[in-house]
Amino acid sequence: MSIETRPVTVNLGPQHPSTHGVFRMRVTFDGEEIVDVEPVFGYLHRGSEKLAEERTYSQIVTLTDRMDYVSSMLNNQAYILAVEKLCNIVPSPRGVWLRMIASELQRIASHFVATGFLLQDLGALGTPLIYCMRERENILDLFEMLCGARITNSYLRPGGVFMDAPEVFWPALDRSLGDIEKSIDEIEEYLSGNEIIFSRTKGTAVLSSESLVNASITGPMLRASGVDWDLRHRNPYDYYSDITFKRILHTASDNYARYWVRVQEMRESLKIISQCIKNIEPGPVRPSFDDVPRLVRPEPGDSYAAIEGSKGELGFYLVSDGGISPYRMHVRAPSLINLTLLREMLVGELFGDLFVIFGSVDLNMGEVDR
Amino acid sequence: MIGKGIPKGFIITLKNFFRTPVTVQYPDRKVSLFEYAKIHKKNIFKLFFSQPMLSIKISLGLISVPSSVEQSQRFRGNEFTFFEERCTVCASCAKYCPLGIIEIVSVPGGFDAQEGESYKLEVFDIDIGRCMFCGLCVEACPYDALHMGTKFEKSTYVRDNLIITKEKLAESEKSPSSFYRPQFEKKKFDPFKDNIDDHYKAGRHEKPEYKDLKKKWVDDR
Repeated sequence: MSIETRPVTVNLGPQHPSTHGVFRMRVTFDGEEIVDVEPVFGYLHRGSEKLAEERTYSQIVTLTDRMDYVSSMLNNQAYILAVEKLCNIVPSPRGVWLRMIASELQRIASHFVATGFLLQDLGALGTPLIYCMRERENILDLFEMLCGARITNSYLRPGGVFMDAPEVFWPALDRSLGDIEKSIDEIEEYLSGNEIIFSRTKGTAVLSSESLVNASITGPMLRASGVDWDLRHRNPYDYYSDITFKRILHTASDNYARYWVRVQEMRESLKIISQCIKNIEPGPVRPSFDDVPRLVRPEPGDSYAAIEGSKGELGFYLVSDGGISPYRMHVRAPSLINLTLLREMLVGELFGDLFVIFGSVDLNMGEVDR
Repeated sequence: MIGKGIPKGFIITLKNFFRTPVTVQYPDRKVSLFEYAKIHKKNIFKLFFSQPMLSIKISLGLISVPSSVEQSQRFRGNEFTFFEERCTVCASCAKYCPLGIIEIVSVPGGFDAQEGESYKLEVFDIDIGRCMFCGLCVEACPYDALHMGTKFEKSTYVRDNLIITKEKLAESEKSPSSFYRPQFEKKKFDPFKDNIDDHYKAGRHEKPEYKDLKKKWVDDR
């Protein structure tokens, strides 16, 4: 006697605790195996790109904070680089060093969140996530000293940063660098060699490096497949050409490799920060208002600037028509583009691994929908 | 070896068990007798013999003291500090606000022989229900009249109460944060300890003499 079976389509999300925001997937299951996936997004669309068309260049910095809200300093940096390219602004050296320190700190914070939520998705209820969030709190305290806010920083301005770091910042930074190093050691001690994590993450959602390059996926996902592509090294912006750091590569291209690359990148970011502290010199943090006024009015033209964000290549494309606000702004959001291969990653895997794979992409719905 | 990860994890948990907590009780927390004596700077024995009932209450855990998270001096809080006498009604704040939530109305306010024509501030409303505390209005203020506040407890039941007017700003307690005000940090002004009621204590400039008025005001930013 045969039992009739048929695939079942289930709606996962948008209001689901594991979808990292408001993301919906229409998943077709055959038993416990995933047969088909259709991602649906747009639930957090706020029209940031359209809103930018009616704001001046200095005011748009506040919009970029809200795109990827766990790495707002990096968003600020990418946008400011695009504005500086468009207006031919020469930034102040101290401002550039300060924003490099801030953005590397933000990268560590973002990778802590990614690691914590990956473990949360694996079923480690609460504890590793809370440990990671606790370490991230140190970095948010540093941001509060720098600019008065913890998440929505708006610290950067065209030509540098708005205010020099206070005196209390430098000893606190030195202390935190040691603390973060210790906490990364702790994470590695209980996670990187854990056989439960090995059995759940090794060999799942393997992607070939060709398919990753064809889908223009960047960031830790690409480096986990062995492709040496880091914009800080390939196309150095700011003063990254003066700094030596190791590019983290892994060849397995599975969930564990993506996790491992993120943890190792945090260590490299710490090294970059300590080099920045050595190189920083006293001076003005932004050009005078005679050179760069608050209301910049660039020549008609366009510019594209990209940085190595925490999730991948984060780029801003600005078109100016000579007015006080851009004619068009477009964001190359790494979270959205890294979702391209979601179907290839998920089809053939089991239901239990769905959210692990989804979490290993490290996406942020604020950036996917903008 | 299989099973090595689980005892390793337990050791980490045990280490964290003896760590001091990073969370802070808000808005108040229970104190022990030692802590209470330390906060109020009293000798614990004197406290016990002078106020035995209070001491018993503290020991039973019935008394609490206010507690909050340590804030930095540049905190961008929502209780703005505004010195009306410094304001020249230039409306830079309203122009620079990304959301356009500052309403400012001026009327001609008389003539001064030295300073020329002046304007008087009639309406100055900030709708902090829509404000995102980016601090751009404070950054734009050329005469340091508007400051971000260090306090943030301004919840109400009515949305209209979130529009803070000129009168409300004048009445409210002045605790300016040092966001975009480097002169505060130079003077080592601490908004959480030092009291401020006069703008001359906080401001960047003293009132200039007539001969200095001709010179361009020095921008120490």
